Amino acid sequence: MTEFTPLMSLLGGTLIGLSAVLLMAFNGRIAGMTGILTGLLPPVSSDWPWRAAFIAGAIVAPMLILAASSQAISFESPVPAPWIAISGLIAGVGVYFGSGCTSGHGVCGMARLSPRSLAATVIFMATATITVFVVRHVLGGF
Amino acid sequence: MQRTISAGLIGLVFGTGIALSGMANPAKVLNFFDIAGTWDPSLALVMVSALTVAAIGYRFVLRRDKPIVETRFHLPTGRKLDMPLLAGSAIFGVGWGISGFCPGGAIPALGLGEPTAWIFVGTMLAGIAAARTIRMGLQARATQTA
Repeated sequence: MTEFTPLMSLLGGTLIGLSAVLLMAFNGRIAGMTGILTGLLPPVSSDWPWRAAFIAGAIVAPMLILAASSQAISFESPVPAPWIAISGLIAGVGVYFGSGCTSGHGVCGMARLSPRSLAATVIFMATATITVFVVRHVLGGF
Repeated sequence: MQRTISAGLIGLVFGTGIALSGMANPAKVLNFFDIAGTWDPSLALVMVSALTVAAIGYRFVLRRDKPIVETRFHLPTGRKLDMPLLAGSAIFGVGWGISGFCPGGAIPALGLGEPTAWIFVGTMLAGIAAARTIRMGLQARATQTA
């Protein structure tokens, strides 16, 4: 069980949306994790510095929250490590061919009313829901 | 330099949003998808609020001639619903549903010092690199035979 956190989720979502708007306003870029990361893998894109800076900021942020406030960030990963490794591989191949993930398609693309992002978001939300159903209710969970 | 600094600061906003929203917590993500079981609707609110802010903000931003520290807007132009998009997205959802990690959630989770996040990000980068090699190989072969 995880607790329903309406206020924190609304606040967090607002900041995610705000970061998408700011990255477009300042850098003219889509705040999509897949696209940003892909440019950092070989052959490394010539515009790698802004990409690396964005990733660094995203990693440092939770550290700052933990260091500067009493705000706890709950984290629980209930799946065995080998399956996490497999899921990473599957997700990596998927987001590359699908040209984006939850941030790029689900937030930025949907906000631009892109038909590709709408299709991608509907599909990955559906297959994620089906996968969780099969793992937990058909196969009996991990 | 300006581009790097602004991207770094905006990355902080992104990471803060992910961490506070619960998107960096795989158990919460899995429960969001578990409608038939221990359903946690929180992430629907994350999506709705992020989308609302982005949709309204983009309307104002994209009216400008160019971004503030960059010479032009870099926007995807494709409109075709092709097989890589549809199949790739379906495959991504399966990976997301197995562990509850997605790229945007896992990167900030690295900052929490969680080993499972490092495992996910490691194999995810390998997956992206492998897929890229495959696609470049296919494209090179297509140009040779054309």
